[in-house]
Amino acid sequence: MSPQQDDAILDVKDLKMYFPVTRGILRRKVADVKAVDGVTFTLKRGETLGLVGESGCGKTTTGRCVLRLYQPTAGQILFEGEDISSLSESKMRHIRSNMALIFQDPYSSLDPRQSAGSIVGEPLKIHNWVGSQSEYKDRVEQLFRLVSLDPSMIDRFPHEFSGGQRQRIGVARALACEPSLIICDEPISALDVSIQAQIINLLEELQEGIKGLTYLFIAHDLSVVRHISDRVAVMYLGRIVEITKSRTLYENPLHPYTKALLSAVPIADPFVEEKRERIILKGEVPTPLNPPSGCSFHPRCFMAVPECSQVIPPLRNVGDGHQVACIRV
Amino acid sequence: MAELLKVENLKTQFNTEGGVVKAVDGISYHIDEQEIIGLVGESGCGKSVSQLSVMQLISTPGEIVGGEVIFEGQDLLKYKAHGSEMRSIRGAKIAIIFQEPMTSLNPVLTINQQLTEMLELHLKMSKKAARERAIELLSMVGIPSAKSRIDDYPHQFSGGMRQRVMIAMALSCSPKIIIADEPTTAVDVTTQAQLLELMKDMVERFKTSLVIVTHNLGVVARYAQRIYIMYAGRIVEEGTTKDIFGKPRHPYTIGLLKCIPRLDEEEGRKLVPIEGLPPNLINMPPTCAFLPRCSYKVGRCFQESWPPLKHLHGQHYISCYANTEERTSEPAAR
Repeated sequence: MSPQQDDAILDVKDLKMYFPVTRGILRRKVADVKAVDGVTFTLKRGETLGLVGESGCGKTTTGRCVLRLYQPTAGQILFEGEDISSLSESKMRHIRSNMALIFQDPYSSLDPRQSAGSIVGEPLKIHNWVGSQSEYKDRVEQLFRLVSLDPSMIDRFPHEFSGGQRQRIGVARALACEPSLIICDEPISALDVSIQAQIINLLEELQEGIKGLTYLFIAHDLSVVRHISDRVAVMYLGRIVEITKSRTLYENPLHPYTKALLSAVPIADPFVEEKRERIILKGEVPTPLNPPSGCSFHPRCFMAVPECSQVIPPLRNVGDGHQVACIRV
Repeated sequence: MAELLKVENLKTQFNTEGGVVKAVDGISYHIDEQEIIGLVGESGCGKSVSQLSVMQLISTPGEIVGGEVIFEGQDLLKYKAHGSEMRSIRGAKIAIIFQEPMTSLNPVLTINQQLTEMLELHLKMSKKAARERAIELLSMVGIPSAKSRIDDYPHQFSGGMRQRVMIAMALSCSPKIIIADEPTTAVDVTTQAQLLELMKDMVERFKTSLVIVTHNLGVVARYAQRIYIMYAGRIVEEGTTKDIFGKPRHPYTIGLLKCIPRLDEEEGRKLVPIEGLPPNLINMPPTCAFLPRCSYKVGRCFQESWPPLKHLHGQHYISCYANTEERTSEPAAR
């Protein structure tokens, strides 16, 4: 691991992921769904970057491209300084021991016929991470303790665990090979309110305990993302519209979409709610199959001017690491 | 405002192979005219079942085993579930908006067929008049070019649009009460804001009362006037929205507010999770169901059965033996 703590672990440059739409028996390509259309961001070692947006904005696709579960259409993904965007599958397998994924649904992401211990230990076997059977057993037990599960439950099956405990199994599996980057794809949205906090705290404690552990935290819930992240990137229709420190997200949002998104999230405090300004957007998110011209947010934007439909606003720096893609800011 | 609906000691249980699940275990609440109330709890706490019981939409193995639902002076539970009296109330006087806009509309019928059915049945409108009214309702809930879209099928609408159709349907017979059962959990944040704002405007316009059933404390903080907090089939705290959020007194409510992240929280705030799990509703102990997770428990909690609702002041009630007041003097959510 690099001696520096603030170096970039992940550098994504102009990432594009187009899914072809085919028609007819010859599966002729008729169009592209531009799920991710030019995303650029940097992730520093040990930090948490939140990726928020509504369904279909490309946040999950971005995460999967980083893991190379999809082959990106264009762009660079520099992981630990190496461009992994076009590595072969065998080289990629080697690198994947260093990056892991926590899934949204703790019910469908665990094999129901596999014991909890073997789920957690599977990455160890695949990546030849342990030498002997006893080492394997020790590591699995250690992982169980790391996520506050009782190691005596190693032989139980997923259905014997509660939702929160299952997500702990998912976290333990992700941690198995000591990855430096974990992509958390909506890790708490399937859990009950009182259980969500347990998982959020677990993720935070792990990051405090494991030096250099980096999260890409993908979620739609702004308050959760703001709570756990150091910086937040807001996505809309395949593009990042604003990146800022989570501290300044609530106090000083610049992009009109960010403003609308923030105002749409009710705060559990009637005294605060009374005074809040509410921006209610018109219409719905357009389809990425045929996005509006120029800034894709302009048909719903309350600040739009005619030029907005002509130019795609680039993400530009407005100081203190705050980046925004809007010509009106 | 006058009281519109009064539910007394409602009990609904499910007789399963594993035992009796007391999904709703003696809840009492009321709604005043033109009031918006919130019913809050986690999944499995009985909030939806209680509302389905009011509408008598419980099917086997479920069974309403006790209580009263007084609406316009009549006890609705005295009516047969499939009888004409209940049918004249369901949809006409008390309407319900379900959680899943994907599954609660019939995929093989057009929106026109589904919307006019109620108008023809309850209001005895002619086909033509019903269609006119349906178009009017659709444009009222913000469906663009309603006239041409009324003959579309549900799959031609997006999730948010389908929920708007559900709202139009609920409003169609100008009901006295609309029950919105997790109306926005299946939709995106900005759509959620649109729908909730629409519902609020509509209930004001139609002078209807609204019951919002949700697990989202933010939603009720923004829209509800009074709130009931449910846990394991019972109401554990009730009060005005300002009581519940300003001076929460039940350990569960206090815990909930401490464990949710807030958009406006200060940096470095630690969430305090509620340890443990919600209880299994089969073979519940007679003591308070929150006891194993409670950090305020006192000796009395272990010996006596579930505490009855205790009046604090105004409209604020809690079901708890412990003295939670001294420790809640600190702000609950910061």
